[in-house]
Amino acid sequence: MSLIAKSLIIKMSKKQKKKIIQISLAILLFVAAFVSEKLLVKGLIIENGSIWFLFMYIVPYLIVGWKVIAEAGENILHGQIFDENFLMVIASIGALCIGEYPEAVAVMIFFQIGELFEDIAVGKSRKSIAALMDIKPEYANLIDGDKISKVKPEKVEIGDIVLVKPGEKVPLDGIIEQGSSSLNTVALTGESLPRDVSENDGIISGCINMRTPLRVRVTSKYEDSTVKKILELVENSAANKAPSENFITKFAKFYTPIVVACAVLLAVLPPLVNILTKSVAYTTVGAGAIWTEWIRRALTFLVISCPCALVISVPLSFFAGIGSASKQGVLIKGSNYLEALSKAKIIAFDKTGTLTKGNFTVTAIHPNKISEDELLETACLAELYSDHPISLALKGAYKKPIESKRVSNIVEIAGKGISGMIDGRKVYVGNGKYMETLGIDYHDCSQVGTIVHIAIEDEYAGHIVISDQIKADSRQAILDLRALGIKTVMLTGDRKNVGESIGKKLKLNEYYCELLPKDKVEKVEELIKQKGKKEKLVFVGDGINDAPVLTRADVGIAMGALGSDAAIETADIVLMNDKPSDIVKAIRLSKRTRKIVVENISFALGVKLIILILGALGIANMWFAVFADVGVSVIAILNAMRCLKVNK
Amino acid sequence: MKKVYELENLDCANCAAKMERKILKIDGVQSASVNFMMQKLSIEANESGFDEIMEKVVKVCKKVEPDCKILDN
Repeated sequence: MSLIAKSLIIKMSKKQKKKIIQISLAILLFVAAFVSEKLLVKGLIIENGSIWFLFMYIVPYLIVGWKVIAEAGENILHGQIFDENFLMVIASIGALCIGEYPEAVAVMIFFQIGELFEDIAVGKSRKSIAALMDIKPEYANLIDGDKISKVKPEKVEIGDIVLVKPGEKVPLDGIIEQGSSSLNTVALTGESLPRDVSENDGIISGCINMRTPLRVRVTSKYEDSTVKKILELVENSAANKAPSENFITKFAKFYTPIVVACAVLLAVLPPLVNILTKSVAYTTVGAGAIWTEWIRRALTFLVISCPCALVISVPLSFFAGIGSASKQGVLIKGSNYLEALSKAKIIAFDKTGTLTKGNFTVTAIHPNKISEDELLETACLAELYSDHPISLALKGAYKKPIESKRVSNIVEIAGKGISGMIDGRKVYVGNGKYMETLGIDYHDCSQVGTIVHIAIEDEYAGHIVISDQIKADSRQAILDLRALGIKTVMLTGDRKNVGESIGKKLKLNEYYCELLPKDKVEKVEELIKQKGKKEKLVFVGDGINDAPVLTRADVGIAMGALGSDAAIETADIVLMNDKPSDIVKAIRLSKRTRKIVVENISFALGVKLIILILGALGIANMWFAVFADVGVSVIAILNAMRCLKVNK
Repeated sequence: MKKVYELENLDCANCAAKMERKILKIDGVQSASVNFMMQKLSIEANESGFDEIMEKVVKVCKKVEPDCKILDN
């Protein structure tokens, strides 16, 4: 944690300690005054309600109350009239005026206790969230020739070499120059499985180096590092407010003035009605007592007019939820997305890279007359200069070095294939359409996948099947999502047989294949029409080429691939681990957070309403009202802290 | 121009919301967010006259919560 944050927390405790002393002293004096009053009245030494008691009670009152009065005054000077300080001052002074001395002191004491609890609760939440987000590296060991100096990560330049010792956090993104070790990525991804790295591997900031020292060449400055981006993302997420947050803020704006207005009406109307109709209703004590009674009830209203519990607990819940999610490797860019996620009814998935690994591998080689090795070699040689995933798959399977002198006259025909001269012979490598154009008699494979046909000198040489592997947790993720009542849909540009095979294997509700990008958008529009107004549509993709669909969806989720900048930019939620099962985690978390928010809102509003009614009826008195208000605040804040929990 | 400031002594969530509303009303401010949890203020405003805008922001904050200070790191 930064030094400023640390000092703030020590400061707060000093302030809090002072408050505790003030409150305790006030309580002691209050109890002393209360007991004395009772004794003196019983002993008939001083009559009940005498002004003498005012002097006894005013001391504890001022001990806890003078700061409140001062703040209220200062705020009024700045044009801020209706704040809780002012209302408490009016309420308690009002109580003093009508002779309710103990009540006035009790109100102030409970108000201060409430503020103290709120302070402590907020401080604890801030501390917890800061600890959760404690991925910020404090320093970097900069290597300069023979010297190693500890510098701030912000001062390191691109190309500098830093040393990361075992147990230290990797301070910046970079490439390992020397050393091999294991990295603990738990702070970024929530995954405790260590990642082995060695020379020439890229590593990202925030991970903890576990075994041996690593010399790392820095590739981006601290401001652009992964750690900084994640921290910023969580901090800025507070700006994207959820609908419930906006509702509470709007509500709070109106709540206080309305309650104050009601208080005024309550103080004035019933007595007036009484006097005008000259009826003596429920009290026989006389007009003065009627005014006193209704003013008393009105003051009770004033005391409940602060919406603080709601205004704190709702954003706190969301923020805690986002913090907890980021600890589990799910980066959510705003509480609005978190809330929307809890209402997800349809999830549309991209196929490649999302449900499948996106790494094409050769799954079958079926040569016609020549050997498997020969067929593979020929295909590889033809695809020598291509970096299409298909050619990468072929080269990956071939493994041996490719001699470029055997290859010449390579021509790539978009959408069809490649032709060229290999070992002096004309070779054609491509899809079925290509073979048809060339008039070569080919046959497809029974196996599902991308089929690469090879023809040598106008004769069909065979085909190689390349397919994408389904991610290990995709199936379970789809099952879990369906169990949550969510419709799962796959949208892919891949061919029908591939899409169908995967759709069936994963038990998706619906799947649509051979979609062009604009078809995907149309499909998403169709799906949006199908859902209810309050339900949300989520799209999961790999970020870069799914931009139009991600924008159209209510929530766009991207596979983050541990540091893919483009994905982090475009999507609303980034899955650091690329695992579909994290979507299930995220949805469960969002539902839980929303539940806690709803609990808090209904609890706080419900209790306030009940006490307002009880206060109007004269059943609840002032200090009971403050006590209940305080209790509600503290309970709401503690409940909101539950959102911090990381469920394994 | 976007800038993030740390806030000291931001104790009331209601005040944070009020501050945010008032800052958004200042001429030249495109977006603003007061993060009560992290005690941070982020502002996006016109580059020209940014200092004058910040002076107005400080005034507004003082009005809402006199104890609260905007730290310029």
